[in-house]
Amino acid sequence: MRVAVERTVVIANKEGLHFRPIMRLVDTVGKYSATVRLQVEERVADASSAMELLMLVATQGSMVRVTADGDQADEAADAVVQLIDNGFGE
Amino acid sequence: MIQKKGIGASPGVAIATALILDTEEFRIPRRTIDAAQTPHEIRVLEASLAASCEEVKALRVAATRKLGEKTAEIFAFHLAILTDKRLRNSVVDLIEKYRYPAAYAFGQEMNRRQREFRAVADVYLKERVRDLYDIEKRVLRHILGRAREDIRNLTQPVIIVAHDVTPSQAVTFDREHILGFAINVGGQTSHMSIIARMLGIPAVVGLNDITSDITGGETIVVDGTNGVVIADPDGGTLARFRQQQLAYKAHVAELAPLRDQPAVTLDGQTITLQANIELAEEARTAIDGGAEGIGLYRTEFLFLANERPPTEEQQYEVFRGAVRHAQGRPLTLRTIDLGADKMMRSMRAEGHDANPTLGLRSLRYCLQHLDMFKTHLRAMLRAAVDGDVRIMFPMITTVIELRQAMSIVSDVKEDLEEEGVPFGAHVPLGMMVETPAAALLMSSFARHVDFVSIGTNDLTQYTLAVDRGNERVAHLYASHSPAVLRLIREIIKGCKRFKTSVSLCGEMAGARIYTQLLLGLGLRQLSMAAPELLEVKQVIRSTRISDCEAIARKVLRFDADRQVLNYLREQLDMLDGSAE
Repeated sequence: MRVAVERTVVIANKEGLHFRPIMRLVDTVGKYSATVRLQVEERVADASSAMELLMLVATQGSMVRVTADGDQADEAADAVVQLIDNGFGE
Repeated sequence: MIQKKGIGASPGVAIATALILDTEEFRIPRRTIDAAQTPHEIRVLEASLAASCEEVKALRVAATRKLGEKTAEIFAFHLAILTDKRLRNSVVDLIEKYRYPAAYAFGQEMNRRQREFRAVADVYLKERVRDLYDIEKRVLRHILGRAREDIRNLTQPVIIVAHDVTPSQAVTFDREHILGFAINVGGQTSHMSIIARMLGIPAVVGLNDITSDITGGETIVVDGTNGVVIADPDGGTLARFRQQQLAYKAHVAELAPLRDQPAVTLDGQTITLQANIELAEEARTAIDGGAEGIGLYRTEFLFLANERPPTEEQQYEVFRGAVRHAQGRPLTLRTIDLGADKMMRSMRAEGHDANPTLGLRSLRYCLQHLDMFKTHLRAMLRAAVDGDVRIMFPMITTVIELRQAMSIVSDVKEDLEEEGVPFGAHVPLGMMVETPAAALLMSSFARHVDFVSIGTNDLTQYTLAVDRGNERVAHLYASHSPAVLRLIREIIKGCKRFKTSVSLCGEMAGARIYTQLLLGLGLRQLSMAAPELLEVKQVIRSTRISDCEAIARKVLRFDADRQVLNYLREQLDMLDGSAE
């Protein structure tokens, strides 16, 4: 059953999406079969791609639109939002 | 398929994968491939990504140990990029859609990302573009055939593609795996070319920008006979060159029986053919290949392989080895000809000549570094005990220089005698004539020396004021220039007056187009790269001295290089025609 989910979250950690946050995002999304996308301004990244996440250039205070598609879309979106909200545990 | 014309520096055909040497930046040509090749390029991409991952994993382990978890994170991130499926897919798309080769597609994709990233990134993230660059270079290195791998540790056959190859690089070449050379700079007589001929490896030089036309790892053809390089040849072309390769090998085989035939003209004049060598072991292959001795042993190559001058014992061992390899034949040791394009590291540190070919080089350098020079001469004189050794001084311009060099030899002999060290007491001493000054004053020199050897490479360079390694003026370099030929005539005349034996050891000696002319000018002894010996012998065995003299008389009346060359070519064609 495919469901499109959408959430909005603000980057909380000081350094934004740098190495460790990117890798944690890739790991987290990898646990779900849903396709998760992150959007900052007009830039969109597939959350399974470290390259695209880096290119997103999300810094502290950036507004991120999280969309998820496919099985476990809700769970995946929640997990991503929680990770970002917690400042990636930094 | 790309075809480039250069200068044929060493004959023969080589077909192998390209190894690009010393590329600081990877310049990857934009080119398209056949649709059928796309799966191969995709496999190359994947293998290179996988190999890069392995490297990065190892780096991460090392970094964790040495620098801590935090620093090692960088490599974890690199790994995440290298395993990024979406990045891989976009490169594969470029390969499939535009038929780009893997290197070009990957380079394109990474460049685009870096550009976009730079445009938006803030100061902190901007630094990360360096990581992208680093990742790009790592993967390209794998795609381009391990371009930076040490050429001493080759495991499969390659053709070296480079801007230039320094003599010190050349001495470390692994001859087993290097099948050919394609070089941006240089001419027929640049050191790279000499070495290639010496090693019997096909080479094309003076290709200008071959390093940017060729992608490492792709198949290339080097046709050293015709001075052509072909990248990425199609099936038909490849077949044609394989044919040509066989024909060349057949030609070499056809000459082989000449090895045991004497070098005698049809009218009974015997000519002495010797070989030029750079490494001691080459003496054996040269003698076995039909040389009657070593007319020029360029001993500086022993110095170039090391950072500091070798010790007396080290030199002695090498020279003794050369004597042994020469198997009782004459062995002419030339004292080191360093400077200009052949430098040791310790020399570079001493100072810099704005105009090195006119600077502190060769014998001039030795006369200012007496301890080193004496050590060098001691080793030579000691090695002379075991064989027919001769010592020759290069780059002489004044009689005083020659006398100084000879008196240093006497000093060294006295020292050896006092110390009771055995040495060759009657070693003949000779000089090279490679400056117009020495040529013009030949009779002043000839009375002092036991023998003279004409070095036409430098003689041409100094007479015509042309740097033979400078591709912008290399076309002006011509050993057959009437000016050079008249100097050669003067040298021979000066030597005859004092009955001093004279030979010629420049590249001219090994080029069969000049053989008749040189005999006609009066030369009876030639020294050349061993692979050229039989070709020259073939000419000698099918000509007469009287014909050669007529050719020389005619040539000396010409006033343009072109006329000389055309006439000599005509004469050689006639000779070849009558032989068939």
